[in-house]
Formats: sequence, C-alpha cells, structure tokens
Amino acid sequence: MTTTNTRDDTATDTAPRAVTVERIDLSPTSYTVRGRGDRWSVRFDRRVAVVCAALTTALAVVLLISLAVGDYSIGPAEVLRTLVGSPPDPLADFIVNGRRLPRALVAFLVGAALGASGAVFQSLSRNPLGSPDVIGFTSGASAGAVFVILVAGGSMLQVAGGAIVGGLLTATAVYLLAYKRGVQGFRLILVGIAAGAMLQSAVSYMLMRADLIEATGAQVWLTGSLNTRAWEHVVAVAIGMAVVAPVLLGLSRPMRVIEMGDDAATGLGVDAERTRVGMLIAATVLAAMAVAAAGPISFIALSAPHLARRLARAPGATVGSAALMGALLLGVSDLVAQWMLPSPLPVGVVTVSVGGLYLIWLLAREGRRHHV
Amino acid sequence: MSEPRPGSATESRLHGRDLTLGYDERVISRELSVSIPDGSFTVIVGPNACGKSTLLRALARMLKPTAGTVHLDGQLITQYATKEAARRLGLLPQSSIAPDGITVADLVSRGRYPHQRMFRQWSSADTNAVAEAMTDTGVADLKHRRVDELSGGQRQRVWLAMVLAQQTPIMLLDEPTTFLDIAHQVDVLELCHDLHGRHGRTLVAVLHDLNHACRYATHLIAMRDGQIVAEGSPGEIVDEALVHDVFGLACRVVDDPETGTPLVVPAARRLAPATEPEPVDA
Repeated sequence: MTTTNTRDDTATDTAPRAVTVERIDLSPTSYTVRGRGDRWSVRFDRRVAVVCAALTTALAVVLLISLAVGDYSIGPAEVLRTLVGSPPDPLADFIVNGRRLPRALVAFLVGAALGASGAVFQSLSRNPLGSPDVIGFTSGASAGAVFVILVAGGSMLQVAGGAIVGGLLTATAVYLLAYKRGVQGFRLILVGIAAGAMLQSAVSYMLMRADLIEATGAQVWLTGSLNTRAWEHVVAVAIGMAVVAPVLLGLSRPMRVIEMGDDAATGLGVDAERTRVGMLIAATVLAAMAVAAAGPISFIALSAPHLARRLARAPGATVGSAALMGALLLGVSDLVAQWMLPSPLPVGVVTVSVGGLYLIWLLAREGRRHHV
Repeated sequence: MSEPRPGSATESRLHGRDLTLGYDERVISRELSVSIPDGSFTVIVGPNACGKSTLLRALARMLKPTAGTVHLDGQLITQYATKEAARRLGLLPQSSIAPDGITVADLVSRGRYPHQRMFRQWSSADTNAVAEAMTDTGVADLKHRRVDELSGGQRQRVWLAMVLAQQTPIMLLDEPTTFLDIAHQVDVLELCHDLHGRHGRTLVAVLHDLNHACRYATHLIAMRDGQIVAEGSPGEIVDEALVHDVFGLACRVVDDPETGTPLVVPAARRLAPATEPEPVDA
C-alpha cells in the first residue's frame, strides 16, 4: 500500500512528476492525485478507496461462485476457460455464458442501481430511512409495472417502461406535494410513505380485479426475482446505468455541499433546489430501472449505503461504495436464494427477511441515539 | 444624524436598490435602498422582526427580492453564475449542518468549493487557503477533531474558517454570535474585527446586541419596520433619541470606558435595587 509518494516541500524538485499522489492534511486518509502544475486534480479518501477495492474483489469471488455452482457444477478453472472463449464442452458454454453469467450480472447491476439510489435518497432526505422502497418510489414503479402486465400483457420492455413511468410519476407527485419553499427531507419522507401506501393498495386492487393466471404472474414479479434473467436484461440495465452514472458523478460534489443546509450551499455557489431535482430524477430512474429488471427487491437500497458508510467511515454519502455494496448484497442474496435454502426461492424473499431484521436493528439503534 | 439616501448612494461593491422584500404574501421591506461601504465592518441592528436578517439574506442572494435589484461589483447579482458570485461574496448562515463525523479541516475545506471543478478537486491553492483560514481563526490545533465534539464557540470559529477559506473580498454573517455565551460572543466579534482589518475585507453582520454593534462596527445600519432609520458610524448616530426611536427603549448613552464608543445603558424602571438583596420575583 505504499505506492503513495508524499512530497516534501523543502526538497529541490526540479522536474515535477507528471502525476503526483499526495496526502492532504484534512483527515488522516485524505489524498489528492494531481497533474503537473495543478492542471487537474482528483481528491480521494484512502479508506473509501480500500473499501471499494475490497468490495470489487469480493464481487469477483461471488461472480466466480455464481458461475461455478449449480445443478451442473463446473470447476473454477473451467469457468475461467469458458469465460475467455474456450469452453471444455458446449454445455458448459451454454450454462455459464448463456444462463449463469447474465443472471449474475443482472443481480450486480440491479444491486448497484439500488445501492446508488439509496445513497442519493439518504443524502437528499438527510435521513437514514430515506430509501426509494421506504418512501414509495418503488411502489410507484411496481404499480406502473403491474398495470402494464395486466393491461398490455407485458413484454420485458413494456414492463420496464411501465415501471419507469410509474416511478417518475410518483416522484413528481411526491416532490410537488412536499414542496414548500423548497423541499425538506422530513416532508419528503412523510409524503412518500403516504404515497407508497396508497400505491400499494392500488396494486392490490389491480391484482384482485385481474384473472387468476395473470395475477399469479404479476405476484411472482412483485416478489422480486432474478429467475430467467437473460442478456437482454443485462443490456437494458447497463445502458440505463451508463446514462445515469455521469449525471451522478457531476452531482456528487454539489450533493455533498447541500448536506450542509441550503443557506450554506447558496453561499458556496450551489443551486440547492436544482441539485435536488437532479438527484431526485437520477435516483428515481435508477430505482425504477432496478424494479423494471428484477421486480421490487426490498432493503438493498436501504442497507447498502449504511453498510458502505460504516466500512468507509466517511462523512456524507458515498455513492460509489454504496453501489458496490448493493451489487455484493444482491449477488450474495441470489446465491443464498438459489442454493442455500431447502428449495430455491425468489431473491426478494431473502432480501426482505434479512433486510427486515436490519431495519429493526437500525430503528432500535436510532431510537436509542435520539433519546439519550 | 445622517438620513438614508435612497438612490443617491455612491457605487459601492455591494448595494441594493428599491428592494421590496418578503416571504410569500407577507411584505417586510418596501423600496429599501442600502449601500455597504467598501472595506467597512457594517453591522445591521434593530428590534426583532425588523427585517435585518431579511435584508442580509437578500444581499446574499438567499432571498429573491419581490422588486428591486442587488448589485455586486457593478453587475446584477443574479447575472453571475452562482459559483462566480460565491468567489466574490461569502456567507455565514444562521444555521448550518455539519455532516456526521466530519473533521474540522474537512469542513473548512468545503469553503473551497467555488474554486474547484470536477477535475480540479484539490490544488495547492486550496491547501494554503485552508491552512491560512484555520490559523486566522485559531482552530489549526483542532484540525483533526470531529466538529460534533467541539463547544459552541469553537464550532462557530470553524464555520467562520470555512467562509474564510472561500477567500472572498466580502463576507456576510447572519447573527454570528447567537447561542454563544458572552465570552464567546466577544471572542467571535474580536475575530471578525481582525478579519476585517486584514486584506481590506468588507464584513456585514446582523447582530442583536447594540453595544457589541457600537463597539465593533465601523458603519452601523439601524432598522425598524423594514426601513433604515439611520446609518453611519456608531459615534455619529447612536444617541438616546435613536435608541428610543428604533428599539422603543428609554436609555442613557455614555462613552464606553474601554473604547470610547457609545454604550447604551437602559434606563432603570424602578429604583436601584442595590440596597435590597432579596430577588424580586416577577
């Protein structure tokens, strides 16, 4: 870990390096990477970087296990050979590249989308409970998708479209209802919870009115499942992520500034309301996209940012590490759902069970902290 | 006593013209014109709800005027890109939120935001500005402490350091001494006085305590009912009539034994209680 080069100002440094990595004295883990003559510079936190690297490594391991384990098990060496295009036999190629790889990638991408979305929502609402599934945006996306499944039959694209439109409509409605000289986090959460409850009952109503077979199909979808996910899902979510990621990258610095309050943000040259609307749209699209691809999978968006922040011990939101954490959580959950239970279950069941326990623990802890 | 001169103000770097200010339907000030003298330590005083914070918020572009204009360096303040305005005018709001677990140095470093870009996140100028701001406010020794562990007075110094790191020629402070005990109030005001003395910086503050205002301000703006009643140096404008006019308080104005600036002593409404030791219960 000692690739960093702490420059000494007193040293005669006639030819400055093209790229310098330097510790900055803001916290023990703050570093900057900069080009010659300060032409460009990027700031990073060593702990966050280490956490991200560790999470990426863990993802690679989970990926390898996901590809190897199953009714037809394949050794790690064969898996690697299959991935680089020289499979031991055609069946291995079909199972690894055709079935398990897209499923694992969908799990990672959906988990990452949920984790990033949760991190943005928590920053936006300044509340640890501010996640898209708690404040109703996931319900909005579900309602949109169920409507499409029941009315239009629902190809993958139609369902995705329904989920995204439903999510965005809900977000717009909640934003407008919560608006009062700008939007405050607490109002957003309360209005969101109310909207979510109403949308849940709309979903129940639609399911009751539908015919049994269609309703059963919609119900399976509503549990949140990664069964039969294929390359088309990978491509769809990957494109969505590729569109939203640069937006989030651009918003990440103003987002940290508005965590200090709107007045301070104005003083520092950040248009708080515009930043917030951008964050809301980006996070809603991420959540809706995840719902479109895998159904409303709960609690990843709530827990991933917490766990990531706990590991990184960084103040404020860290969208990148939350996304990696979300990918890891959903990847592992899907492994558990498929192979570690007496019979395979949809992944949504696993995340709800584990996430429910996590939520109870979180509420108990928050409750204690606010009463002492 | 100098009267406010709407419109005729000489072009200072920061001035507002014919401002109508308010929230929603409620109008607080009408046709208010104000000019902040360059290089001054201007203090705005007045009774509660007189519109002094509202005026400061309008000058700091936190509040959009219903009518009228605010000019900064000869240009409408709304015409600047928000970041460009933030390189000219810094702001200490009444309340800000320190992100959970943030260190002093990290918080101060956030004042550099208007000088940074997506791919210029930390230059050596940023390092220097942060170090200088922490030295000037006396928080350099606390730099690795967490902000939430500090006392109120220390915390206010840290926020001041953040605004200072912004390196703006004009700084606006909205009630910087509220919630501090008397020693820390004086401490923060002494600090403001020093900051004003250095680099010819212009400081504008809203203060509650008229005596503090008289002692530290080079230019005083007294407001009542959304209008400016008087402005000028404290020695010129503060007398019994003005205090009665603005605050409705009968008082005597004497010379501050320390500085010679006006010192407002409220008139006693009953006989001096010095001879009766038991407390009078209201």
